[in-house]
Amino acid sequence: MTYETVIGLEVHVELSTASKIFCGCPVTYGQEPNTKCCPVCTGLPGALPVLNKNVVEYALRTCLAVNCEISRITRFDRKNYFYPDLPKAYQISQLYQPIGRNGWLDIEVNGTKRRVRIHELHMEEDAGKLMHDPWEDQTLVDYNRCGVPLLEIVSEPDLRSAEEALTYLEQLRGILQFIGVSDCRMEEGSLRADVNVSVRPAGSNEFGTRTEMKNMNSFKAIGRAIEKESLRQIELLNEGGRVIQETRRWDENKDASFPMRSKEDAHDYRYFPDPDLTAVHVSEDWIDQVRRELPELPADRRKRYIGELGLSDYEAQIVTGHPVISGLFEDVYDLTKLAKDTASWIMGEYLQLLKDKNCGPENLSLSAEDLAAVVSMTAEGKVNRVTARKVLAAVIEDGVKPQTYIEQHGLAMVSDASLLEDTVRRVLAENPQSIEDYKNGKKKAAGFLVGQAMRALGGKADPQLLGSIINRQLSEA
Amino acid sequence: MDLLKQTAGGVGLLLADRKISSVELTADILKMTEERDEVLGCLITVDKANAMKQAQAADDLLADVGTGSLLTGVPMVVKDNISTAGIRTTCGSRMLEKYIPPYSASVYSRLQKIGAVMTGKSNLDEFAMGSTCETSALRLTRNPWDHKRVPGGSSGGSAAAVAGGLAWYALGSDTGGSIRQPAGYCGLTGLKPTYGAVSRYGLIAYASSLDQIGPMAQDAADCALVFSAAAGPDKRDSTCVQDVSGSLRAGLDKLNRDVEIVLSGGSVDKISLKGLKIAVPAVWREHALQPEIADVLEKTIKKLETAGAICSECDLPLLDESIPAYYLIASAEASGNLSRYDGVQYGSRTQAADVSDLADFYSRTRAEYLGPEVKRRIMLGTFALSSGYYDAWYLKAQRVRRLIKDYYQSLLADYDYILGPITPATAPEIGTSLEDPLTMYLSDIYTVAANLTGLPALALPCGFDKNNLPIGLQLTGRAYQDADLLRTGMAWQRETDYHLRVQQIRQLGPAEGNTNLFAGGGNEKIHQSLTGVAL
Ligand SMILES: [Zn+2]
Repeated sequence: MTYETVIGLEVHVELSTASKIFCGCPVTYGQEPNTKCCPVCTGLPGALPVLNKNVVEYALRTCLAVNCEISRITRFDRKNYFYPDLPKAYQISQLYQPIGRNGWLDIEVNGTKRRVRIHELHMEEDAGKLMHDPWEDQTLVDYNRCGVPLLEIVSEPDLRSAEEALTYLEQLRGILQFIGVSDCRMEEGSLRADVNVSVRPAGSNEFGTRTEMKNMNSFKAIGRAIEKESLRQIELLNEGGRVIQETRRWDENKDASFPMRSKEDAHDYRYFPDPDLTAVHVSEDWIDQVRRELPELPADRRKRYIGELGLSDYEAQIVTGHPVISGLFEDVYDLTKLAKDTASWIMGEYLQLLKDKNCGPENLSLSAEDLAAVVSMTAEGKVNRVTARKVLAAVIEDGVKPQTYIEQHGLAMVSDASLLEDTVRRVLAENPQSIEDYKNGKKKAAGFLVGQAMRALGGKADPQLLGSIINRQLSEA
Repeated sequence: MDLLKQTAGGVGLLLADRKISSVELTADILKMTEERDEVLGCLITVDKANAMKQAQAADDLLADVGTGSLLTGVPMVVKDNISTAGIRTTCGSRMLEKYIPPYSASVYSRLQKIGAVMTGKSNLDEFAMGSTCETSALRLTRNPWDHKRVPGGSSGGSAAAVAGGLAWYALGSDTGGSIRQPAGYCGLTGLKPTYGAVSRYGLIAYASSLDQIGPMAQDAADCALVFSAAAGPDKRDSTCVQDVSGSLRAGLDKLNRDVEIVLSGGSVDKISLKGLKIAVPAVWREHALQPEIADVLEKTIKKLETAGAICSECDLPLLDESIPAYYLIASAEASGNLSRYDGVQYGSRTQAADVSDLADFYSRTRAEYLGPEVKRRIMLGTFALSSGYYDAWYLKAQRVRRLIKDYYQSLLADYDYILGPITPATAPEIGTSLEDPLTMYLSDIYTVAANLTGLPALALPCGFDKNNLPIGLQLTGRAYQDADLLRTGMAWQRETDYHLRVQQIRQLGPAEGNTNLFAGGGNEKIHQSLTGVAL
């Protein structure tokens, strides 16, 4: 029997507001433990939460970006459970009246478009972090993360493969980064997902029993976990077994998931409206204002790049992959009006630089003006691409201006036809064997000759002009 | 001490006129506390150093003409569920027996700014859950009127401290009657303010949607002074904000000025009962009430009418439903609020050597350090919220609450106040209440509505029973019209002298008490069996 995999994702994203959701403590990462907390976020007796309006604003932005219906009155509820990283023994979250419902996101995998429905979107507070000290055999609690604002975006079980799930996640991450609500750094845990997986016979309309893997924080692990979990379930069913509804823990090192003890799983959260917080009224005006200030979303941008700028689907996809990259593309294009060339530089040299330096786009200091200068002078034939690459590297390393660097190093491209004619003549005279080879049909010989001529000119020759001169002289020889 | 006959405002006037100093007064009251509190048991913590430091600060403030208020330098006590930075705040529980908060409740900070002097933290039922002060795991408080009786609860330590002459006023908290009922049992005046009038920031929560901090004192004028200093918006409490409590301020400022005029011997014609429309629910007459209380209420109505008020009978549906609704909501909220006492970050923690895992750690810590009444309510609330029962219990209780609220609102569209008793009986003897929690819960029947509706309610002395125990009346007013309510209380006390009787109790002190302290025997044993604490 063939099976279909059914996946739903609950994505938790840490918002990048300046302060926490219910107190004035800063939202930070990697600080000294228990230095960024106060009576409110550590749940001291008598302390009360006060909602940070910016969190609602960020949530509204996200609702609009993923096409959610927005609740005009939204409330917070308490989710009760005991755990040492949760100092109040309840998490302030939203169950009964979440801020967003019934959204969707379109994804495209292997040329097929699919609409992934979003069940709901709600605000909540993060918990602290437990750190186990194996030497002392004790567990310590760091409350710095307590009260960091989170959005939870719950999809319907509309995804059918690991690839679709990852595409959805990438798309969602792009949106969240574009609208500036989160930096989505998975390695810092600011984007985490709970993954629900079930399988069913292909063509069936009924859902199988699902299992859940919580708190996954790398795309690679999520993809792998989905594949392995659906295989496990299929094998189980094929052997005549049954899937049990349970929470499983993904172990990346062992490349397998394991059931959690059922005790940790069997929660009755006893949700009830938090009496310490009043209802939030979301006015039409507020929504309109957020909508007006919403930046162009990556999907709209892609459409525009393909339709108006003539980029390919693939090019459009890459240059809208991250808000910083997309911003760079926009600015360079504005300066050069060279869409294809700009895209080519970003997809080639720029991404290579990020890879070499092992840094994110927000950490590479490269101004649009400098990249635009490099793109333009290459397109105008002032320098060739190999030289231009050197220029770009120097711009980033030493902070020089491209034009200055070219002048200082005499890198301007040689387009003087008579100089090129003379050089080619000399190179041909020095390589009679290559001319012979060329005439005997070894077309590769021409390439060797181009290389020799280019070297003689210090790499600065206009490659197109040089090629045509060599071809002509060879045919005349 | 002669000054014990004075009200807080009266002493405040002497301080303001520099006829006495707060340092001397505070030293005297600390000495008095030492003599009396061994018997009365009002205070869980006495912080002499803090009191003397605050007294000095008050004297400095008063020396600077025009910067003090009528409460500057007047010794008072604060219920031990209100956080005081650096001074332990126990909630009367072994769980928080050693807990010292690093921050102060907003209301305490506000009082500190005007030069308040706090001598100690007063006893209460554990986490404010109880009606007699007997569920406190740390002390047994006696009623200064009769030492074999309870002072009421949960703000029993606050009431006993004022009635017993250890303080001129006290802060209490009221979730279902916890200010009004002990005020009634101890012949005091106490205000449960409109929900949202006083910041709850730093009040250790019992039931967040019902809790409210308020004043307890010898008369309504003192309550007006304290409430005026305590009330006002607080950006740390989302349920206490400018746009809801803003309308309160103007009324309070005016009332404050009138109180000052009255204290200085002037007269204010706005303080009058004339023309007030007062609703008297007939059902209260039918309900089981100690006969003397019913008699006193009838006489009260006559007196009000003689003074020009118009009293009319009215219906009061849902009275019987209010108790289950109240206990379900309060317990549900409490089950969440008290979950944080898990032994991890602060508070007591099990010392057992054979703890097997985290769940065992939690249950042992909570089993060992929370008392039986607290556990009972946590379990009730946990049940009411559990999946499958939420709709039938918690939601239904919320619907009843909404109906009660609507009814009160409609009643107060036609009437200025609703009049009623505070409790079905006067203060019971120590050791007679805890064995039957249901009866104890039912005794809250007249007070819980003000908490369910959020309306302000004032307890005022209005007579005595055959044992000379005080009887109180309760006036419920319109939301955020607490100033008018207090003004009406002042008018009542201008017509009557029931509130003056407590002066004698304050002066007498426990040694010359009018009853035998240890009559009845066995009560101590009962207390020990219920709380695990020997007296
Ligand atoms: Zn904080």
